[in-house]
Amino acid sequence: MEFLRILIRRVGYAAILLLAVIVLNFIMVHLAPGDIADTIAGDMGGATEEVMAEIREDYGLDKPMLVQLGSYVGGVLQGDLGHSYFFNQPVTKLIAERLPATLLLVISAQLLALIIGTLLGVISARKPNGITSHFVSLLALFGYSAPVFWTGIMLLITFSLLIPIFPVAGMVDVTLEGGFWTRFWDIAHHLVLPTITLASIFLALYSRLCRASMMEVLGSDYIRTARAKGLSESQIVLKHALKNSLSPVITLAGLQFSAVVSGAVLVETVFSWPGLGSLALQSILARDTPTILGILFFSALVVIVGNLLTDLALRLIDPRIRNQS
Amino acid sequence: MLKTVKLITTALAAVLVSGGLATAEEPKRGGTLVMSIQNTPRHLNPAVQSGIATGEPGTQLFAAPLRYDENWDPQPYLAKSWDVSEDGLTVTLNLVEGATFHDGKPITSKDVAFSIKTVQENHPFKTMFAPVESVGTPDANTAVIKLSEPHPALLLAMSSQLLPIIPEHVYGDGQDPKSHPANSEGVVGSGPFKLVEFTRDQHIILERNENFFIEGRPYLDKIVMRIIKDGSARTIALENGEVHMSGFEQSPQNINRLKKADGVTAEPEGYAAIGPIAWLAFNTVREPTSDVNVRKAIAYAVDRNFITKAIMLGTASPAKTGIHPGSWLHEPDVESYDVDLDKANQLLDDAGYAKGDDGMRFKLVLDYGWAGIKAPAEYIKPQLKKIGIDVEIRSSPDFPTWSKRISNHDFDMTWDVVFNWGDPVIGVHRTYQSSNIKKGVIWSNTQSYSNEKVDELMDAAGKETDPDKRKALYSEFQKLVADELPVYWAYTLPYHTIYSDKVGNPPGGIWATVAPLDRVYLK
Repeated sequence: MEFLRILIRRVGYAAILLLAVIVLNFIMVHLAPGDIADTIAGDMGGATEEVMAEIREDYGLDKPMLVQLGSYVGGVLQGDLGHSYFFNQPVTKLIAERLPATLLLVISAQLLALIIGTLLGVISARKPNGITSHFVSLLALFGYSAPVFWTGIMLLITFSLLIPIFPVAGMVDVTLEGGFWTRFWDIAHHLVLPTITLASIFLALYSRLCRASMMEVLGSDYIRTARAKGLSESQIVLKHALKNSLSPVITLAGLQFSAVVSGAVLVETVFSWPGLGSLALQSILARDTPTILGILFFSALVVIVGNLLTDLALRLIDPRIRNQS
Repeated sequence: MLKTVKLITTALAAVLVSGGLATAEEPKRGGTLVMSIQNTPRHLNPAVQSGIATGEPGTQLFAAPLRYDENWDPQPYLAKSWDVSEDGLTVTLNLVEGATFHDGKPITSKDVAFSIKTVQENHPFKTMFAPVESVGTPDANTAVIKLSEPHPALLLAMSSQLLPIIPEHVYGDGQDPKSHPANSEGVVGSGPFKLVEFTRDQHIILERNENFFIEGRPYLDKIVMRIIKDGSARTIALENGEVHMSGFEQSPQNINRLKKADGVTAEPEGYAAIGPIAWLAFNTVREPTSDVNVRKAIAYAVDRNFITKAIMLGTASPAKTGIHPGSWLHEPDVESYDVDLDKANQLLDDAGYAKGDDGMRFKLVLDYGWAGIKAPAEYIKPQLKKIGIDVEIRSSPDFPTWSKRISNHDFDMTWDVVFNWGDPVIGVHRTYQSSNIKKGVIWSNTQSYSNEKVDELMDAAGKETDPDKRKALYSEFQKLVADELPVYWAYTLPYHTIYSDKVGNPPGGIWATVAPLDRVYLK
C-alpha cells in the first residue's frame, strides 16, 4: 500500500514535470529569432514576401504565441506531436522511424563501455601502481577529454582510409543484395566505429569508477577473510569483490543514459547514422519547431520514466532505501 | 643532348596523347554509381522547391525542355528543337516524339503548359516565367509560349532544375503541388532515372529509365545518392572509393586533400550557371556605410587575393562584379579596388571621418551567418583596423538568426553568398533593383540600394534579345554598380566536383551535378 502511494505520487510529479518541460521548450524555441519560413527561403535560395507569408500562414505561425502553445499542448495531450514543417510528415512517425537506429547505437555503446570499462577497472585495481594501471588511467583520461567528433574522424581516417576495414558512413550498404543475415552483418559492420566512438567517453568514467570502488572493496575485511580462507585470487576478485564494487557503476550507467543520447547527436552526425541525434540536429538547423519539440519531449519522457523506474527498482531491491520514507 | 631527349619525350607524349584520344573509349552500359549529397532534400520535385538538395536528384527524375553545353549554348533535350520569333514574344517548343513519363503515359505539350504554370505559381524565382502570358498547345508535341515582353532568360529557365516537366495527370489532381505526396513517394518523372527509394537522412536510390526518350541512355543502371552531411566523412568516403562522385564540395581543406589523393579528380569547372559569389554587403541607408566613399575605403582595405589564396587556400577565384566570371555576360573590365591602404585612409579623411585619439574613426558591426564564412569575416577586422575602422564581429548561431537580422535590414555590413542561377534576370537583378527592397525577405535588395539608372539598365538588358546588345547593357550595369559598390564582391565559392577515375563523362557544362547524368558511365 505504501509502495502504491509512492508510485502514484511519483507519477503525478512526473506528469507535472513533463508539462513544464513542454511549455518551457515551446517558449525557448519560439524565443529564438527566425522561423521555418526563413529556413525554407534560405533552402530555396530566396523567396518573395507572398511566399513567406503563405508559409507562415500554412504553419499557423501568424497566430499569437499563446494560441500556438495552446494548440500544441492540446495536441500533445492527445498523443499528437504535430507535423514536421521540414519533412512534411507526422513527428511521431519521424521519431518512430529514427528510434531503432539510435537505440541500437546507444545500447551497443553502453554495453561496450560497461564491459570494457569494468574489465579495465578490475585490472588496474589489482595493481594500482603498476604499468597497466597507469596505462588504463591514461587511456581513460584521453577517451574522456577528446571531443567525440574528433575521435570519430580519427577512427575513420585510421580504419576506413589507412586500413580500410570499416565503411565510412551510414547504417547499411544499399548496393548490397542478400537476405536477413547479409543485412545483419552489414549493419553490424557499420555499427563498429560509431559504437567505439560513443563508448570512448563512458569507458573512461566506468573504468575509473570501477577501479576506485574495487580498490576500496579489495581492502575490506571480508576480502582478507576470503584470502585467509585460502580462496584463489580469481575467485576473490570475480566472485567476492567485483559483485560488491559493481553497484556504483550500474547506478551511474542508469543515470548516464540521457548523456549517451545527447552524445549520440555528434556521433550520428559524423557517421551519418540515421538516428534521433541526426534528426535533432537537422531539425534545429532547419528551425523545424514541431520536430525539435517532439524530440525534446521524447527525451524528457525517456529520462523521467528511466529515473522513475530506477527509483522504484532500487526501492524493491535495497531495503535501506525502502525503509527510509 | 638533353634538349633532344626532351624533344623526343615531348613528341612521344604528343603521340601518346593523340593516340589516347583516337581510341577514346566507348561509354559502357551498366553499373551503379554511388554519389554523395550533402543534405536531405525536403522533397524531390524541383518545380515547387528550389535549391541544390532537390536539384541533384530532381534533375535525374525530371527532364527539362533544354540542356546547356559548356559554352552556354542551349541544346535539345525534351524539346528536339525550338524557335524564338523575330519580336521575341513567341517561343515555340517542338517536343521529342514518343517520350513517356515513368508510368508509361505520353509526355505532351499539355504537360509542358501545366509545368510552366506550376512553376510560375509555386517556385520562389518569380522572374523566370513572369512574362509568360499563355502556353498554347496546337498539337501534342508543340508548345507555344506567348510572352508579354521579350524575355531572353526564358531559354535558360527551361534547363536544369528550373523547369522540370511534371505529369499533369499526377500533380494536376487538385492537391497543393507544394505538399503533394508524389513529391517524395512514388514520383512519376520524365527524366533518365526513376525513383526506387527515398529514405530521409540516408539515401535516394534511382534506377535506369528503360524507356528514356534518348536511345541507349542513360548508361548507368542505378544511381545511389548517399546523404552524408559531414564533410570529413564525405572526403574519406571519396578517398577510399566508397563514393564515386560528389558535387558542390566547397571546403578548401577537403578539396586540397582530395586533389592530392590517388584515383580522384577535383574539378572546379561546371558551376558557372549556379554562379555562387561571396560578397561583403553594405547597408546603404545607414550611417556611415551610406557614404559611398566609406564603402570604397573598405573595399580598398580588403585584399581579394589574400582571401582567395590564403584563406580559401587557392581553391576560389576572385570575383569583381555581381555576375559570375564564368558567365558570358561577365564584364572583367570594372573598377576592382585593388588593395591600397593610403587611398582608403585618404577617402575616409576626405569624407570627414577623422581619426580619434585612439586612431579609430568609427565602429561597424560585421555579420556572418554560417561557419564556412567565418575566416573571411575574421580577416576583415584587423584589415579595417588599419584604416581606423573598429569592427565588431557578430556571428549568428544558425541561418534563421542571421537571415532575420539581414532581411530586416538590421546590419551595417555582412558576408553573404548569393547564386546567379544562370541568367542575371533570375539571380542578379534581385540584389540591386530598387523595386526589390523588401523587408523580411532574404536575398532581396537588403542593401536598400537604389539607383534609377541601374534599374533602367537591368530592365533593358532583361528584355534585350540581341546577345551583343544585351552583353553591352550588362557591361554598363556592372561598371556602374562597381562604381557605387552596394556590395563588395570578393570571391566565387570554391565549388568542386570530385569524381573517381572510374567515372566516365563526369558532369561539367554550366550546371555540374544539377543536370541529367544520362551520359555518365562507369569504366
